[in-house]
Amino acid sequence: MKQYMLAVHTVEGAPTPSDEEMQTAFAQVDLVNAELRSAGVWVFGGGLMPAESATVVRISSGATTLTDGPFAETKEQLGGFWVIRSADLDEALAWAEKCAQACMNPVEVRPFQDEPGE
Amino acid sequence: MTGHPGAAGDDLASVYRAEYGRCVATLARVLGDLGLAEEAVQDAFAVALRKWEVLPPNPGAWIVTTARHRAVDRLRRESTREARHAEALLLHQPDEPREVGPVRDDQLRLIFTCCHPALAPLAQTALTLRLLGGLEVPEIARAYLVPEPTIAQRIVRAKKKIRDAGIPYRVPDAAELPARLPPVLTVLYLIFNEGYTATSGTLLRTDLCLEAVRLARELAALMPDEPEVLGLCALLLLIEARRPARVGPRGELVTLAEQDRSLWNRELIEEGHDLVRRCLRRDRPGPYQLQAAINAVHTDGPSTDWGQVLALYDQLLRHTPTPVVALNRAIAVAEVHGPALALAAIEGIDLPGYHLLPATRAQLLARLGRGAAARAAYDEAIALATNDTERAFLRDRRAAVIDHTA
Repeated sequence: MKQYMLAVHTVEGAPTPSDEEMQTAFAQVDLVNAELRSAGVWVFGGGLMPAESATVVRISSGATTLTDGPFAETKEQLGGFWVIRSADLDEALAWAEKCAQACMNPVEVRPFQDEPGE
Repeated sequence: MTGHPGAAGDDLASVYRAEYGRCVATLARVLGDLGLAEEAVQDAFAVALRKWEVLPPNPGAWIVTTARHRAVDRLRRESTREARHAEALLLHQPDEPREVGPVRDDQLRLIFTCCHPALAPLAQTALTLRLLGGLEVPEIARAYLVPEPTIAQRIVRAKKKIRDAGIPYRVPDAAELPARLPPVLTVLYLIFNEGYTATSGTLLRTDLCLEAVRLARELAALMPDEPEVLGLCALLLLIEARRPARVGPRGELVTLAEQDRSLWNRELIEEGHDLVRRCLRRDRPGPYQLQAAINAVHTDGPSTDWGQVLALYDQLLRHTPTPVVALNRAIAVAEVHGPALALAAIEGIDLPGYHLLPATRAQLLARLGRGAAARAAYDEAIALATNDTERAFLRDRRAAVIDHTA
């Protein structure tokens, strides 16, 4: 079994979806989450607060500095993610398709490094 | 292969060409890992280079068996739990392939894996040509008109992604097949194309042509309801049928108009025509079906009906508006409407590095009696052509240019 991150990317400054669209997406994501759990592929998942709520912690020459804002100053930011367990990429891609449909955003599928001894 | 110390060196090179792809495909099934399969097959060829004084009765089987032993050795050296598990599987693997999915042929399974939609189109095709066709990087680079390091890098990255992302080694199921098909058709077409006009040396590499035709036939048998599969198969058969007439007694290139049609393979032509009729009846035309139809016209009757060919090219250009199609259409324009209109039609076609563009321009200029311009265009084509036979052909044509306007 491999683990994959299904990352939801949102574009900062893109037209914000209406409340109704948001509610639809939340409801759809709940359904997908239930499906992921009952299929036994669920590891973790959740939506993130906006990127400006982030803080970056850096350690350099033993000193810790905190920076306000996200690590990468890009227009595309991580909006949320799932971690799933599946046999191969095809399975992960099939789940990603459902997730992308549910959250109405593009989903990036990225494999985790294999854990030692697995 | 570099260096041929053994007496069987030249034989080994031809075995390598013929068997490399099959061996990698078989080992990939047995091992479930492409990289390991390729390394094991390369190891086995290295052993063959040292050991073979004469060819064994079945060189391919010898390579597969040796490669399997080398893979066991490699896994033993790694001696992780995963490797021991793989080793156990390998030792108990029966020689006969198990049936997995609708395709029994290892090579087709490998094609579908290499052409996985999670890989970029160029990576899919380059990887498949390398692993299945056994093509070398320079040959693939020329088939794509891109620099060699680009291809080498694509192949390395694609193999890494297959391993790291967990792209499975299997045939897509029936529902996935239509979406997975277009890159597979491109790959088969390019393998054939490479065999038909090899990158360097002599014109034909029959083994690649036959391999592409074999795979296309299998694909057509597997997917008889996909008109583009039938179209591709028909296209390859109809080009392959003319191969015996394409090279003259001194190894020179013979153009379609000058070919001895009695040398054409009638059986292949009939098989191709039958497939063209079958796919066109479905009324879902696509680029391969249209090209097959063009070749069906070329091989129908004592001479080509160029009016029909031009009508089909017009349809193809609407469907696939690429510079290469525009160039081929111009050749039909020359036959129907004369060289002046054809010359106008190729103006503005942008195909850097593609020798057939200046070669076509040269031919049209020569027909118009513009000798100096024709010779200059032939020089350009000769400088770009990498195939000895094609270069010789172009030099002959250049020498035959008559200067009407002088």
